[in-house]
Amino acid sequence: MKFPVPHDIKAKTIPGTEGWERMYPYQYQFVTDDPVRNQYEKDTFWFYDGLHYPEPLYPFDTIWDEAWFLALSQFNNRIFMVPPVRGVDHRMINGYPYISPVPVKDPAEIGRRVPNFMERAGYYYKNWDALEAKWKIKMEATIRELEALQIPRLADMEELAVVTDAIGESKGYHLLKNYDDLINLGIKCWQYHFEFLNLGYAAYVFFLDFVQKLFPSIPAQRVTQMISGIDVIMYQPDEELKKLARKAVELGVDSVVTFSQEWTEVEAALKKLPKGVEWLSSLALAREPWFNISTGTGWFHHDRSWNDQMNVPLSGIATYIGKVKQGISIDRPTEKVRAERDRITAEYRGLIEKEEDRKQFDELLGCAKTVFPYVENHLFYVEHWFHSVFWNKMREVAVIMKEHGVIAEVEDVWLLRRDEIKSALWDIVTAWATGVTPRGTKTWPKEILWRKGVMQKFKEWSPPPAIGTAPEVIQEPFTIVLWGVTNKSLADWASVQEVKDPDTITELKGFAGSPGIIEGKARVCRTVSEVGQLLEGEILVAPTTSPSWAPAFAKIGACITDVGGVMSHAAIVCREYGMPAVVGTGMATKIIRTGMMLRVDGSTGAITIRR
Amino acid sequence: MASAASVIERTPADAVKTGLPVVCWFEECRKDSVPLVGGKCASLGELINAGVRVPPGFALTTEGSRRFMAEAGIDREIASLLSGVDAGDLDALEKISEQIRAVIETQPFSIEIEDLIAECYRKLAVRCGMPAVPVAVRSSATAEDLPGASFAGQQDTYLWIRGVDDLLHHMRRCISSLYTGRAIAYRANRGFGGDQVAISVGVQKMANSYTAGVMFTIHPANGDRSVIVIDSNFGFGESVVSGEVTPDHFVVNKITLDIIDRTISQKQICYTVDPKTQRSLAIEVPFERQKVQSLIDDEITELAWMGKQIEKHYGRPMDIEWAVDKDLPAGGNIFILQARPETVWSEKSQRAASGAGGSAMDYILSSLLTGKKVS
Repeated sequence: MKFPVPHDIKAKTIPGTEGWERMYPYQYQFVTDDPVRNQYEKDTFWFYDGLHYPEPLYPFDTIWDEAWFLALSQFNNRIFMVPPVRGVDHRMINGYPYISPVPVKDPAEIGRRVPNFMERAGYYYKNWDALEAKWKIKMEATIRELEALQIPRLADMEELAVVTDAIGESKGYHLLKNYDDLINLGIKCWQYHFEFLNLGYAAYVFFLDFVQKLFPSIPAQRVTQMISGIDVIMYQPDEELKKLARKAVELGVDSVVTFSQEWTEVEAALKKLPKGVEWLSSLALAREPWFNISTGTGWFHHDRSWNDQMNVPLSGIATYIGKVKQGISIDRPTEKVRAERDRITAEYRGLIEKEEDRKQFDELLGCAKTVFPYVENHLFYVEHWFHSVFWNKMREVAVIMKEHGVIAEVEDVWLLRRDEIKSALWDIVTAWATGVTPRGTKTWPKEILWRKGVMQKFKEWSPPPAIGTAPEVIQEPFTIVLWGVTNKSLADWASVQEVKDPDTITELKGFAGSPGIIEGKARVCRTVSEVGQLLEGEILVAPTTSPSWAPAFAKIGACITDVGGVMSHAAIVCREYGMPAVVGTGMATKIIRTGMMLRVDGSTGAITIRR
Repeated sequence: MASAASVIERTPADAVKTGLPVVCWFEECRKDSVPLVGGKCASLGELINAGVRVPPGFALTTEGSRRFMAEAGIDREIASLLSGVDAGDLDALEKISEQIRAVIETQPFSIEIEDLIAECYRKLAVRCGMPAVPVAVRSSATAEDLPGASFAGQQDTYLWIRGVDDLLHHMRRCISSLYTGRAIAYRANRGFGGDQVAISVGVQKMANSYTAGVMFTIHPANGDRSVIVIDSNFGFGESVVSGEVTPDHFVVNKITLDIIDRTISQKQICYTVDPKTQRSLAIEVPFERQKVQSLIDDEITELAWMGKQIEKHYGRPMDIEWAVDKDLPAGGNIFILQARPETVWSEKSQRAASGAGGSAMDYILSSLLTGKKVS
């Protein structure tokens, strides 16, 4: 399979964005001035990580890409010594990250890595539950540390206590130090993120692989169904909304909770009623930590949490109140899901002819079930809880930068790289200490304005799904399971790319995420704030979904996403609700328009647009 | 249910001779009726008794055909014609085959056998509510359909036969089909003696099929036991069985019965019945229907469900012919015409998926080392 040469793509600079490279770390660039690196880049297969980045990265937001660049790679290559793979290399074109798994090429080296891997990974698999319990403690301590972190304002005169307690340090120094601490906590949190994840995915992907060897036609979703119905905390925020809906009906304040879509109005009205106050105290309990859930994936600064945007959970609660009042069950059909899971597992197992294959099936299924909760739960701790708090701490830093005139608006801070922010803070604190004006007040606002224009142009650009030279074999578990990079997906991506006029496309292919066939009207929602427009039974078409989208699933008839595999959020939730999902279509949100009639076949991954 | 022998009406002389019936209804047959009615008819009886919908019919038993051959002295004639024949000399075999078949086809049945067949045919017509009901006449040999000895296509089938005279004629042709050159050679090479293979003839109501085809309860391409694969075309199943069209192709998950893959092909011809001659003939499918799905989703699901029951009953992957009857309302119009053990994959064993059958960790390691093929 042939894909464009990365350097050719990069060479076609979008007019007006010349010099954009300085917005990102220098090692992310495809280069032409280093022949060895240039050749490596040409010979390598790079695919656009649309799963995580449906839109171009703001300079600051690159922090998480760098964080997982380090964390994933180190765990594969330096800690667990995964025999045939090193890390995953990263590049950037026009704000869109491209990634590539790096193989170990020398068979002798692969062989040498085997015993290390068996010892190290084996230790984690064997002690999974105990180590996972330790992980939770480490992770929660990290989040508490983040929450306690102070971002000090710079006063004209330091407090007297600095003198009387003989502290010997200024707020200026604390600002620099705490900014470093903030960043380091973020990087640390991502270290933990990958502690279990590679192994978790490996267990999962090779269980899938094993079952597909026995049953070559088995849809991947049937395999994931065998590990469904396990309680994971990712469902908890949604469960809290349901609890609050039931509670509102119980207390008779449901009409107050639903009288407005504006949280501030609802809250004010509730405060006037004794029962309303009682409901608000239940809400307060639910909010920490469960409303630290991002309305997006948590990867972007603009993914605000439920706590930041109370209108979002409010609309979810209102949806559930409506269902409760109509006497419709809002419980996840967990019992049904489990019964079906057990039936399916038993029937497939019954078709396995050889005793040793049945034994291997049991082993791998057990292992997949063990790792499954972590594979889901880490998302809540890292991408949702930690990130939600983190973005707001960064906003506190931005407030100070704005006060000192280095940026015009708080939200401008995201247009700087994190090391540029550090430099700007040095500029600010030295100027503050000295009593002069920071140099940045004249340089940054101009640069930020230009960068905003660049970002706009990046958003209008469509990154090709893959560039470089496709390999024969992919061994890196993430690449296989999470991005669903397979021969077939690449060919599907390539074929849609070839169509000139998107208005003539009537067939779209994606992964069969959750079985079933349904016809209905499309509703394209690019962000969770648009889910309020969904009408009962519509088909949700989204770039990707996350747990904060959960209430939407109570309304829709099916779900289609641009990005994600059979383990993605949309696929998992749809299977739990028993509705069709087609995921990883590549470009559904670009081709489908709200109101189009669609036929969604979640068993085959086919979408038909009735034009 | 009473045994076949006790329900079949026959003359007292009959019982004296062998105690075995000359004719019997499909529903009286079981798996162990193979020596009496051959593999196909035994399997139809087995299906009916398993609750599978099968068009009704009856069989001339092996005893019936043996008696026919004996009474007319044909068996001695055949034995002398076959003696000393060289199984490798195909020309010689063809010549002898022609002679044998002519002898069989020109001999009338005894009046006694004729009466028994005519009586069954009359009863069948009454059951179907159609005078001179059109039937399919097929040979059903005792050695065919057994795993490891696929005789598929080696005996004849005659469709749309109406009236007793035509029926009797085609039943003799079926008996004679046991002596095609190829069949003689095949038996000789496989070591089946002439007396080890007896033939029975099945007479079954023609399904007036709107759509028909075949179904495998295993993936014929990769041996996947978790799927049911259905090929279908409009009209009778002949166009699918013979490979004259590229049929519509459906892959159904055996466990959940959902359709996981479908390919709708352009189907240029189909077989239908000529209302004048009552014979099946190939016609061109009207252009606007050529790319229409020939089996609707509900029918696919019901059919797959039947396939699953049939497999469960026999405890092995099956090869099934089926039809959707256009004369009957939906919900009761899907019929199984034939079911036999699948012979290709059942001889191989399921591909071993595990390496050493070791721990999860061992499997993960060996899989990591192998990786996933991309191009």
